[in-house]
Amino acid sequence: MEHEEILHRCFRCGYCKLPGNYTDINCPSYLSFRFETYSPGGRMWLLRAWLDKKIPASDRFAEIMFSCATCGNCVEHCAFPEFRDRLLLAFIAGKEAFLDAGQVPGPVRDYLTKIQLHGNPYGKSVKKSAQWLDGLDVAVFFDQEYLFFADDVGTWDPRGQEIARSVVTLLQKAGISFGVITEALNSDGNDVKAIGETPLFEELAEKNIKVLNDKNVKKIITLSPHSFNALKNDYPALGGQYQVFHYTQVLAFAMQGLKFSGKEPEVKIAYHDPCYLGRHNTDYESARMMLRSVPGITLVEMDRNRKNALCCGGGGGNFFTDILSGGDDSSARVRVREAVDAGADILAAACPMCAVMLEDAVKAENLDDIIQVKEVSEIVNQRL
Amino acid sequence: MTTDLINRLGKIVGPRFVSGEAEERYLYSMDPGTMPAAAPDAVVMPANTKEVQQIVALANELNVPIVPMGAGLVLSGLTRALKGGIIIDMKRMNHIIEVNPQSRYAVVEGGTSQGMLKAYLKKHHPQLKHSMPDAPPIATMAGNVCIHGSGHLSVLGGSHSDMLTGMEVVLPSGEIIRTGSCSVSGEWFARSPLPDLSGLFVGWAGTTGIVTKLGIKLFPNYKHNDVLIFVAEDADLMPEIISRLTNTQVAEDMTPWMSPKPAWAKGFLHINIAYGAHTKKELTFKRNLLQASVREYIDQKIAGFLPLPPPQKGRFLEIPSPDLARFADLRKGGGFEYVGAMMAIEHFPEAYRAGLAIAEKFNVSYSLGARIIGAGHCMMFFFAYAFNRADAEDVKRASDALDATNTAALKIGGIPWKAEQPAQKQIIGKMDPGTFSLMNRIRATLDPNGIMNPGNWEI
Repeated sequence: MEHEEILHRCFRCGYCKLPGNYTDINCPSYLSFRFETYSPGGRMWLLRAWLDKKIPASDRFAEIMFSCATCGNCVEHCAFPEFRDRLLLAFIAGKEAFLDAGQVPGPVRDYLTKIQLHGNPYGKSVKKSAQWLDGLDVAVFFDQEYLFFADDVGTWDPRGQEIARSVVTLLQKAGISFGVITEALNSDGNDVKAIGETPLFEELAEKNIKVLNDKNVKKIITLSPHSFNALKNDYPALGGQYQVFHYTQVLAFAMQGLKFSGKEPEVKIAYHDPCYLGRHNTDYESARMMLRSVPGITLVEMDRNRKNALCCGGGGGNFFTDILSGGDDSSARVRVREAVDAGADILAAACPMCAVMLEDAVKAENLDDIIQVKEVSEIVNQRL
Repeated sequence: MTTDLINRLGKIVGPRFVSGEAEERYLYSMDPGTMPAAAPDAVVMPANTKEVQQIVALANELNVPIVPMGAGLVLSGLTRALKGGIIIDMKRMNHIIEVNPQSRYAVVEGGTSQGMLKAYLKKHHPQLKHSMPDAPPIATMAGNVCIHGSGHLSVLGGSHSDMLTGMEVVLPSGEIIRTGSCSVSGEWFARSPLPDLSGLFVGWAGTTGIVTKLGIKLFPNYKHNDVLIFVAEDADLMPEIISRLTNTQVAEDMTPWMSPKPAWAKGFLHINIAYGAHTKKELTFKRNLLQASVREYIDQKIAGFLPLPPPQKGRFLEIPSPDLARFADLRKGGGFEYVGAMMAIEHFPEAYRAGLAIAEKFNVSYSLGARIIGAGHCMMFFFAYAFNRADAEDVKRASDALDATNTAALKIGGIPWKAEQPAQKQIIGKMDPGTFSLMNRIRATLDPNGIMNPGNWEI
């Protein structure tokens, strides 16, 4: 197994379980399951024991491995410099070893199968991949400045489609030149890679890169921070060299061109940092810049924000596989309670997966009358 | 029996929070130290005192051992299930119940982490703080108090068990009792003036009860904080230096340390002196008092204060410091363990020399140091050895060094703190027979079925 030489070096001191300010448990799987086995240190020691043939692979062991949301909290807060940079890589390698050994939870297998067969985790035909654009006047990409990349959730999930439509609407209002490619593009593959299926990730990426290169795409705006991460950090090694932006990064600098109605009521908003925009790519400001530009909005911060943010629990494929499952201490539910504690009327998301996860959590917590989850462009559009 | 046990525990805490699976049995069989594995039959995570009570009742009914566990960071293997049974992982019980800012105490559930209380106080009561141990912030409040832990306010307030104001405990019989003022008035301000029943549960390695709630003293959180480092070359001077510095009654924390790394530190004896003040003027006054107390050594040019640039000061003021955990990576092997021996201050030179000799004899990577407890009333002298977990010979070397250190500490007149099972036997061997006899009678009375963490404090 790749990175197996570092597994024994984990002391299991537990810094990885917490945010930097120690507010509460910040590892989604440990928060949800609470056994030491589901913590980053637990995974390290279990993997070492498995490789040493002290314990066998099992369904539970697979659940422990695949419940990792790859949020990066452990990498951010591990006490050991350098070593920590390889933590997530070791977990992903561990998942890959489990896949190779055939020890795969059913939902993970189903997720990968759908992607392998259809190029997306919804099992939908690519011929319908333009449906989310119905009613919008969005051009097909030819020589515009940017390509807009809608990703799986923006293309296929009903709520994700609403968000994608809102973002492209705002891009148009801001005068951004962009186009879309629909039928030819597959899943970005970010979460496939996080699940440990590297060959499938490379297959997806290479197909996408061919399309993007054939269309002479130079600059890309992504809807999802997950796509942003894959296209920005992983595609270059496979021949996909682009300038990649998350939509908040483009809009943050286009906000001054927008005219606001000024009629909307004052509102307190807490911004939820998506892991693949924040911890993985250290952009904590673009979305906040957007929100600060809007009259009538007061930004409030949750105790865990920026590099200390609590993941929604949707990363590492968990949005689709739900290995983390529900329960009172699922991270999304804890997160919306935290937003209420911060006094927010609205919990703002800049990721379609986060938005869906957090909206479900608001319902599960019966907080519908207290707080709403909205995607950032929706908040802005509503006030124009 | 195990299936029945798991099912019945599941009815108490919910099936999600009990496991008899191989993964949990493996991981909970050991801690990060050198003690050999001892696997439990089940791991259970109660959410409240009532559930703890029901688990204890079930353990009595089935005559199954139970081992209470906080973060499992004791390093000396006290939370291993030496005779099988149930490990009760207390970390779901992590609620902060009350902070009394006027009488300066907090009431927390036993599984509350040190870090969580620190964060809570910073947000809600920034004028207050508690004494953080140097353990990682996930270490639990009850776990640390029950091992007589110490921390960053230990010169000011003594051991963390000295800062305890009361407890709620589930006895081995399943009864729930309270100790301290909360047993009479409902408020958790002090252990006095009652018979001090808290002593029945502190230092016993989980053999007398399960602490579900505790009250802990809080202290003023200063606006201005500083650290001085005093450096000497002669270990024989250290007791008097410590005495003079503590005589000022200014420091919150004093931690001597001696380490071959970094290179500039090798061969020197350092004392970190942390202190704070409400105003800059007060801080300067306190600094002057500390400096004046050891002026004689400076004038003789046999010791002095280490110049510390501000960035380095910040590192020394970081609480808790991750440096301790980082020591585990010294041999790129994820392991360290230490003997922390409580002893009188005057034994500092002997302890230091014994530590150097043992490190040389066993060829182990070491760090030596101490934490002063109270106004120079005693100290916890630690002998820490790093090891490579992947190298069995290295682990054995560290284990042998620890064993030799326990022997040396006892010979000096110290007492190994949170002692490993073998060290407990060494302590008992030197203990007044009447004391040990009383310990046994107390245990037999509280725990007639012998279910509480058996194998500890036994011959």
